[in-house]
Amino acid sequence: MTIQHYIFLAVALFSIGVIGVLTRRNIIIIFMCIELMLNAVNLLLVAFSKMHHLAAIAADATSKAGSEGQIFVFFIMVVAAAEVSVGLAIIVMMYRNTHSVDANFLNRLKH
Amino acid sequence: MSITHLLFWFLTVLALGSALMVIFSKNPVHSILWLIAAFFAISGHYVLLNAQFLAIVNIIVYAGAIMVLFLFVVMLMNLNSAAIPMKNKWLGFAGVISGGCLLLVITAALKDTAVMRNDVLMKTGDIGLIHNLGMVLFKDYVLPFEISSVLFLSAMVGAMVIGKKD
Repeated sequence: MTIQHYIFLAVALFSIGVIGVLTRRNIIIIFMCIELMLNAVNLLLVAFSKMHHLAAIAADATSKAGSEGQIFVFFIMVVAAAEVSVGLAIIVMMYRNTHSVDANFLNRLKH
Repeated sequence: MSITHLLFWFLTVLALGSALMVIFSKNPVHSILWLIAAFFAISGHYVLLNAQFLAIVNIIVYAGAIMVLFLFVVMLMNLNSAAIPMKNKWLGFAGVISGGCLLLVITAALKDTAVMRNDVLMKTGDIGLIHNLGMVLFKDYVLPFEISSVLFLSAMVGAMVIGKKD
């Protein structure tokens, strides 16, 4: 498979996440679509790391080039986990105050 | 088609189908379950690329911890009522068209570039193994690793402070 297939798969997953964020009104679903977008980017990073690894192996068979992509994915997962915990705490607090998870209702903060 | 190609297309269809069902499901609990299926498909892609460590970490962290956290919030707050109907149908169409335009623009921009023809090393390749990733992580990237532990501590404290009843 060429990198082309992975780029199209990741872009399709990312735009499905964008459609979910723009279309749905439930805050939980919007948050899940953000996680879907992060996963699309992770997949693309891993595919690019293997592409660079293949190019580097052609020059030198013991090269370890391309591991940076997978390390970056590891850190993206770290940040996503921290973000989810804080984001869900915020959602729970807003639900306790307003008893609603509708995004159009939760913009009351501006009043 | 070789077995690698077959697996790639099967996992692709599974991932895209599950992602579409995430945004089209009425019940939030169904959306969460479809997202877990999408994460398993993406982990399958990681295994196909021989990124074994990331495949397992993806399942443990994303499907196993983050999605379970979502399920806890939905079930404890009893949020699994059906979706509220759209106030304005045209906003829904505008959202779909915007996402579709993003897909089209990025696809068109990248369609004929030279890098697209590079092959991806599938099924073999040592950089995805935990030994090699661990060596790179703890030798070259030890500072971001330690800072991420501080990040986790601050996220934990922040979540507890926000969620406290007073």
